Amino acid sequence: MSDDESGGEYGQSTEEQRAVVMGIDFRNDGLMLLTMLLGIYIIYLLAGLVIGFPFRGLMNQIGQLTFWIAVFAMASLALNLHWGYTGLFNIGIVGFMATGVYVTGILSKPVFGSGTSAAEIGGFGLPLWIGIIGGTVAAGLLGLIAALPALRLRADYLAIVTIALSEIVRFSLLSDSLSGHEIAGYRVGLGGGDGVILDYQDPLESLIRALSAPFDLILGEQGWLWNDVYLGIVVDFVANFIPNNPKPVVDNFAYSAVLLLILGGFYVVIRRMGNSPFGRVLKAIREDEDVTNALGKNTNMFKIKSFVVGCALMGLVGILWFGTQGSVTPNTFRPRITFYIWIALIIGGAGSNSGSVMGGAVFAAFLFQGPRYFKNVIETALGNPEAPSSFGQAMLPVSNGDVVPFLLYTLDSIRQLQLFMMGVVLIVLMHRRPDGMLGHRKEPASSIPLTRPIKRSGGGDTVATDGGETDE
Amino acid sequence: MSSEPETSGGTGGVDETDDRTLTTLGGAGDTAEVPLKVSGLEKHFGGITAVDGVEFEIDKGSMTGLIGPNGAGKSTTFNCITGTHKPDGGRVEFNGQDITGLEPYQVADRGLVRTFQIARELGEMTVLENMMVAPKHQRGEALWRSVLPYARNSVNQQEQEILERAWETLEFFDIDHLANEYAENLSGGQRKLLELARALLTDPQMLLLDEPFAGVNPSLEERLLEHIHELRDQGYTFLIVEHDMDLIMENCEKVIVMHQGRILTEGTPEDVRNNEDVIEAYLGGEV
Repeated sequence: MSDDESGGEYGQSTEEQRAVVMGIDFRNDGLMLLTMLLGIYIIYLLAGLVIGFPFRGLMNQIGQLTFWIAVFAMASLALNLHWGYTGLFNIGIVGFMATGVYVTGILSKPVFGSGTSAAEIGGFGLPLWIGIIGGTVAAGLLGLIAALPALRLRADYLAIVTIALSEIVRFSLLSDSLSGHEIAGYRVGLGGGDGVILDYQDPLESLIRALSAPFDLILGEQGWLWNDVYLGIVVDFVANFIPNNPKPVVDNFAYSAVLLLILGGFYVVIRRMGNSPFGRVLKAIREDEDVTNALGKNTNMFKIKSFVVGCALMGLVGILWFGTQGSVTPNTFRPRITFYIWIALIIGGAGSNSGSVMGGAVFAAFLFQGPRYFKNVIETALGNPEAPSSFGQAMLPVSNGDVVPFLLYTLDSIRQLQLFMMGVVLIVLMHRRPDGMLGHRKEPASSIPLTRPIKRSGGGDTVATDGGETDE
Repeated sequence: MSSEPETSGGTGGVDETDDRTLTTLGGAGDTAEVPLKVSGLEKHFGGITAVDGVEFEIDKGSMTGLIGPNGAGKSTTFNCITGTHKPDGGRVEFNGQDITGLEPYQVADRGLVRTFQIARELGEMTVLENMMVAPKHQRGEALWRSVLPYARNSVNQQEQEILERAWETLEFFDIDHLANEYAENLSGGQRKLLELARALLTDPQMLLLDEPFAGVNPSLEERLLEHIHELRDQGYTFLIVEHDMDLIMENCEKVIVMHQGRILTEGTPEDVRNNEDVIEAYLGGEV
């Protein structure tokens, strides 16, 4: 799998050649990104098809891949706002994610006693969309609380504060004294070590039902889009290929597709923030805060805004990521996830939005999901052989020239080796390409193209470039 | 964004009128004859008194030099005026308003803008982007305006104006050919020009230049001086900290000499040149 990746990097030619091309045509970043995504999917499909992976498994894997690409790309984009644009060293990402998903859970879980088990805590039973907004806002507020004292400090102190904060969040979630209380007649809490069961309505279903509202009004039905279109047509169609219980596979796919759409929204919003006077000041702060301050900009305010917005987006990513997994426990939110996102951003190139998306995709496809898929595919191809259970048993036959048990053992331990691979990629990247794949930082720091103005041509062309898609 | 009433019919053939469309100068200050007034300024670092009761006034539209040997407290005085350091005592007034102890951005916002001793460009931004950061109170600096579709149109219009101004200013300083170059690739002298140009885009009334000629080759020094004189003729007030005594003597109408945290003397270059104390201070004698 790592071969594929280095191959991809070679394909981009040298920085100089690229920079010249980029200087003329920024859309190449987008093209490169699309090509890369297409390539990833082709590799996945081919690997699966050639080896004869069962259709259901293949579909599931593709759905999963899309899910990971979307969440890592979104998280990288949010981190890019902090680090790539403003130079804020946030290594507490996972704390904001946890805040988001927990608050959503508590706001939207059914009220205690309405059919939930006695051991479980209840929620406020609010509609899911209120829960999602609440979770996002809560993550932003936590960011604000962290930012007010910490952003006055030097960058490395912010790093300490944020990582400590993310651990404080995790330990608070673990704490017994916060695990369940009676508040205004509702029995709610953080669930302690058992976590929280997210037994609100399935997010996909509630989204489709919400979208169905106008159709329902016309057709006089209840949840037409969900019952008749989604279940009646889409799921039924897939049942032709997957006769046995197709709905989870389709759900998986549809949810990932929704995430891709949200990723598109993330991209547009963050790019607009970046390519504007606001983003320009953020960049200036990244380069030299004192100078920016001396130019009359209230740098603290800009930093707080950037930090809070980024944290809120991280909270939203947390909700989208963990909110569909049925339940969450505090120990899911270990700093490891924060560093995954950092690796994704570094691969793609801090400071570049298309780079962030690309980094998220490459990380998800080759470092996160890739090794597991690889293992799956090989094991299927070999007919699920029994791997040796210990290192000794794996090494013993090697002295007789039989390396198969050793290889099987290696394959079996791929989850552990994954972290090692990430480390290697990070080190190679730092040596060979510290800017990441697209970290040339050529994204314009303005909402208009920075070409030499042809004396007063009127506002017409300015409006035309506001499409958002055209000016990169 | 009122237009600027003060523009004193620019000399030098460069059309600067369009340059001033974004000006936000306050009304009260425009008539004050003494824009900057420093009294009893004090700053201690631990047991060391870096600035000890400094007092001076700067006349409007003048070019004043602040000189003194190393460690005389020039830069600290500068930093205390511009908010980089908080003074331990004394008072700084700008256009009749008390600006003592304000944050640097607040000082800059009132029209008192500084440059740095070592030119500090925003390296990984282009020269043009460096320039476009500077104009004050840009609409698009509000987060919501830069994101929401309709509001973004008004941002774009202002961006166009800022862009044009930035290009014009770059042309004025003859560095427009570098507009799309990353600032970190500029030579030392070009960085000094960029810094002065960038400071101008904030629509200052008064510029504090911290050793603008340090490390600049003679021909570029000549150019910088030309620009400064031209700007002075347009009504800008300058306070220049400089090491090079001759340079200050030749170009400023008033010279303030600092020594050991105090004002040693002030006056015309002639007065200062003949002052016994100054000679001793510079030759290393005890005062």
